[in-house]
Amino acid sequence: MAEFIDLVLLAMLALTALRIIFLKDLFAVVMLFGIYSFLSALIFVNLDAVDVAFTEASVGAGISTVLMLVTLAMTGRKEKQSTHSTLLPLFVVLVTGAALIYGTLDMPPFGHPDNPVHQHVAPRYIEESPKEVGLPNMVTSVLASYRGFDTLGETVVVFSALIGVLSLLGVRRKKKKDLESGLETHSVLHVVSKIIIPLVILFALYVQFHGDFGPGGGFQAGVIAAAAFILYALVLGLPKAFAVVGPKFLQWMASFGVLLYASVGLYSMYKGGHFLDYNKLAADPIAGQHYGIIIIELGVGITVFAVMLNIFYAFGSQAERSNVQ
Amino acid sequence: MLEQHLAALPIILPLIAAPIALILGRTVLSWGFATLVSGLAFILSWQLLSAALSEGVISYAVGGWAPPWGIELRVDAANAFVLLAVTAISTLVLVYSKESIEKEVKVANHALFYTAHLLCLAGLSGILITGDAFNLFVFLEISSLATYTLVSLASDRRCLTAAFRYLVMGTIGATFILIGVGLLYMKTGTLNMMDLAVRIDAYDSSRTINTGLAFIMVGVSIKLALFPLHMWLPPAYTHAPSAVTAFLASTATKVAVYVMIRFIFTVFGIDHVFVDMGMGLILMVLAVVAIFKCSYMATVQSNVKTILAYSSVAQIGYMILGLSLVSVAGLMASMIHIFNHALMKGALFMAVGAVFYRVGSVDIKAFAGLGRKMPLTMAAFTIAGLSIIGVPLTAGFVSKWYLVTAALEQGNWIVAALVLIGSLFAIIYIGRVLEAAYFQKLPESRKSENIKEVSWLMLVPMWVIVIANIYFGIDTSLTTEAASSASEWLFQTNNMLENSALENNVSEANVQEVSS
Repeated sequence: MAEFIDLVLLAMLALTALRIIFLKDLFAVVMLFGIYSFLSALIFVNLDAVDVAFTEASVGAGISTVLMLVTLAMTGRKEKQSTHSTLLPLFVVLVTGAALIYGTLDMPPFGHPDNPVHQHVAPRYIEESPKEVGLPNMVTSVLASYRGFDTLGETVVVFSALIGVLSLLGVRRKKKKDLESGLETHSVLHVVSKIIIPLVILFALYVQFHGDFGPGGGFQAGVIAAAAFILYALVLGLPKAFAVVGPKFLQWMASFGVLLYASVGLYSMYKGGHFLDYNKLAADPIAGQHYGIIIIELGVGITVFAVMLNIFYAFGSQAERSNVQ
Repeated sequence: MLEQHLAALPIILPLIAAPIALILGRTVLSWGFATLVSGLAFILSWQLLSAALSEGVISYAVGGWAPPWGIELRVDAANAFVLLAVTAISTLVLVYSKESIEKEVKVANHALFYTAHLLCLAGLSGILITGDAFNLFVFLEISSLATYTLVSLASDRRCLTAAFRYLVMGTIGATFILIGVGLLYMKTGTLNMMDLAVRIDAYDSSRTINTGLAFIMVGVSIKLALFPLHMWLPPAYTHAPSAVTAFLASTATKVAVYVMIRFIFTVFGIDHVFVDMGMGLILMVLAVVAIFKCSYMATVQSNVKTILAYSSVAQIGYMILGLSLVSVAGLMASMIHIFNHALMKGALFMAVGAVFYRVGSVDIKAFAGLGRKMPLTMAAFTIAGLSIIGVPLTAGFVSKWYLVTAALEQGNWIVAALVLIGSLFAIIYIGRVLEAAYFQKLPESRKSENIKEVSWLMLVPMWVIVIANIYFGIDTSLTTEAASSASEWLFQTNNMLENSALENNVSEANVQEVSS
């Protein structure tokens, strides 16, 4: 049954991808990208990778769709006719695809318990992590503790993205009267968003602090919380959103999240352990692991939230300006 | 306490400093802070190199988890040597960049510039030091995102297209590396490089592993701008701010060359890459074509930054040529050239940046008559240019010497001759600039402009690198010692992982195949 579901989902994925390639209407393409992400999220769920599915749904289908829509607001929704020859790219893509297919011929059988991935490092994560790290969610154990350095790196990648966007676009505050922002005349939207936004934020906090026990964690929580604020900004306009959290404050928050994460590492060095060795954070190693993971997840959540919202601000303020012109 | 963490500090320090530089916000503060941090990283990497030369390998388990379960940082002579060059150039460029950036980047973006520079430094250090294939990808992403930002910061609008092109190509490269690492993981169940090496040996002829190798090699080749995947490099180097070009030209591609060396020699093993897959010949042909095609392209450009950018692609050809010889001497020549080329291009781009600072253009016509007006800058350009050509008593001569010796050691006369002929092109493209600077008169229209020498803040870092060019051309003990122990070390790890009986046959077969 699982294989059948996989097949159906993969077929839909392929169809969506083909449609994306041939469509000229960029608005529809963005919508299809959202569908593509949701389909991938479903495939991940079917593969029992719930954490990945969660991230894919919130980042791929949520935030990136919003950012692409804002970009369309600046650039227009029709694709320009490409003047380049498509033969060389087609050749490169075919060669790459052929190489990938060639590589799959020797792949270990799908889902077999004797596969190398299940035999080498994974058994220790599965058998020992409840004792060593003490979390029921092994994904979080691997992500935040065994490979915590990677996660610090990923947080810094998100931070670098902010640096890139700010240097290209920048966030400009405008006087309120300059332009009509948001959807102030839509009362239904106002009422609905007033009900939804607190719930979304509450859900974000739940995801943030429940990541140790179930799917979730800083990345997803940060994105969900940012989504709540983006909704607020969309409905009430950027100036009002700036009054709640300003772009400058978000820059500090993004830096603070990275620093919070890194400071856990520095503190464990001060306590005589290696960088990010949570065992040294408390007298009891398990308790130390717990503290460490909660703090670094918080750092991730803060940075991701601040970066996502600030990127939206940068895009949004640019789009508003181009609308005025 | 510091000694215990020596391996981790060159990454952690700039990584933590980057958000602080953003918070500092003010130009002078974030500049001073970034320079200080980069200087500290240089001192640390100096200690790291001397520790690696005396002790061999320094392994550091991040988070206290033993490899392969946790992430291992693994320092040996090879990466400590490249790290030294990267941190040294970064520090000098930062000193230099204060004035250069004031001219070329908007004031509002200064703090972002220094933050991005620190992120890039952290990413490059991470790529060098890590012993984990996926961790390498993470740091590659950090450094790549930071470089795209740095390139796009110039006030010249054309930098945006260049940065976008770089972004698209770089992302394809990074994705290829990720696919490759994923395929390796599927077949071995591990991400630690040493562990991968042992386990790849067991699965030797699997198609999945070979595909993984191919993807990683193509991905890294895009990153290091190996011909014909170099098209992103000339526009990016031409339109980026001068300080950024000086930094990237002397570090980013070198680190990618190191990644290629690391994957070939440590992870896959030379017999797999060069004998089974026949990569040696492919790399050698591409390297030779890169040297000739791009050296020729350099001679016909009119923008001096583009000239030097094409020259960079050609010089990368020399590095790849060295490693494609598959011998300790060839690898050593590559390692020395990585270090020396960082010195040459650093000095050259700094000099060009100084000209832009005063004249406002880097077209070859703008150099006319500058030999008198900016004597120190042009002298620096001349010496570094001689180094690129490979004139004795400069660092460039040492590189070429070891490369030619390595080729002759295998009786490969053709390669040795090609290296020497390639140098003739360098005489032409450097000579054109020098001719304009020293033998052409300053145009009448410029006489009224007040063109004078740049300030000491730009001259000192430039001349430090120029003097290093001469110093490492005369006293080669540091470079050769570090490079030879690095390449011996790389071959040794490779041998350790292989059956010693098989090894003898293989290395003979290598030599035969390559020389034929």
